[in-house]
Amino acid sequence: MAEEKILELSHISKSFGDSVILKDISFDVEKGGVISIIGSSGSGKSTLLRCINRLEEIDGGEILFRGSPIPVSGKALSRYRAKVVMVFQQFNLFNNMDLLTNCSIGAVKVLGISEADARRTAMENLEKVGMAPFARYRPANISGGQKQRAAIARALTMSPDVLLFDEPTSALDPQMVGEVLSVMKDLADSGLTMIVVTHEMAFARDVSDEVIFMDGGVIEEAGSPHKIFSDPEKERTREFLSRFLNG
Amino acid sequence: MPDSFWQWVVFILNEYGGLFLTGLKNTMMIAVLSTVFGFLIGLLVASLRSIKVSRHEGAVKRICAKLLDILLAVYVEVFRGTPMIVQAMVIYYGLFRNVDIGKMTAAVFIVSINTGSYMAEIIRGGILSVDKSQEEGAYSIGMTHSQALRYVILPQAIRNVMPSIGNEFVVNIKDSSVLSVISVFELFFAGKSASGTYLRYFEVNFIIAVIYLIVTYTVTRGMRLIEKRLEGPGVVTITGSQSDSRSVITVRED
Repeated sequence: MAEEKILELSHISKSFGDSVILKDISFDVEKGGVISIIGSSGSGKSTLLRCINRLEEIDGGEILFRGSPIPVSGKALSRYRAKVVMVFQQFNLFNNMDLLTNCSIGAVKVLGISEADARRTAMENLEKVGMAPFARYRPANISGGQKQRAAIARALTMSPDVLLFDEPTSALDPQMVGEVLSVMKDLADSGLTMIVVTHEMAFARDVSDEVIFMDGGVIEEAGSPHKIFSDPEKERTREFLSRFLNG
Repeated sequence: MPDSFWQWVVFILNEYGGLFLTGLKNTMMIAVLSTVFGFLIGLLVASLRSIKVSRHEGAVKRICAKLLDILLAVYVEVFRGTPMIVQAMVIYYGLFRNVDIGKMTAAVFIVSINTGSYMAEIIRGGILSVDKSQEEGAYSIGMTHSQALRYVILPQAIRNVMPSIGNEFVVNIKDSSVLSVISVFELFFAGKSASGTYLRYFEVNFIIAVIYLIVTYTVTRGMRLIEKRLEGPGVVTITGSQSDSRSVITVRED
């Protein structure tokens, strides 16, 4: 596989006031790669993802997108965000629109695609996540799992280069986790580049190409799923995994 | 000459009914136009004040944004912090001293700019009432601040503050009466003119009060209907349950 780097993070740091959230984070994201970021709550995983979508500003270090630093403001930032789209824990669907409009509005207003084309693409993506029958529903009238699948369809309609998932199943009832994970697995199989912050260890192990374990704002260990889950080097990784895998 | 209260009321209605109707027509015109313009001013002010200029923007842009914000804050505070009757005098005899723009235009101008300051705060509150996740959802797919406002935040914010906007309309129907100080021929001024001839202040103002009450009550009811309409058709569909994510329950509200 040709190794084309889409995102390169080097020495990222981030603090909120006096508390340091991220320290010296570096890793690369290759085209088509699926990276899972695991770690306990408060380890900085979500903040890292928010920094990549630039919902948060980084204090130090550099993020390169296709070789150039990511824009800090204006139209350029908009174009970047449309390429590296975020899927949230709380779905963040627009409450004032039906699902079809939720999906198409970004394509129309941000990418400048015609209304008809955007709606067609949106419908295809809703179809892909099994939400086409609900295209005319508003977010208030569907379940959490359905909301998250629709939110994924919204992200897909931007035709992104990278999808960022911020604990996409953490707000869901256990029965609904499976439907979302299976959509994500299909996307991974289709070759989409993904960074997934997750507590779903089975997903991290079976679907991702690389697993990053974060602890206290630093990358404690990174490697292939096999290495992290079967043969972790660091004591902290082992502790974390044993707590998770043995309940 | 009539000699009881009710006889006077009937007599005055016969004599001045047309005058009151003209006054009412002007009152309603001022109230409707000023509420619409005030709403637009409030929308603009609240939108401008919601802009957060990134520290990556140039110094000039940042200073301009700060100045604009201060200017808008002063506007809001001044017009909310002084009585409209005083604003009417200052604007009419000060700002429009040398301009003949007509009494009605001046009236609409005064009430609009006054309403705008209240609307700005009402809509600002509405914007704050919309969950942050909506804004972030919009940013995350690349919308700019103005796109996020226009398509996502304001539609929800305005719906949330619809009762307060309706309230401003009712307030304007009543408070436009202070424009009588600059001799605008609205309902209260019509009453003032009518009571002069026979010096029947009580009877005339009783009639005027009843007219105000009928109009404001009707408007309040109407606004309630519009709010209901905005809340949706009264049909709630709940899909997915704990046991089956494909189940559908439809609840119809009567």
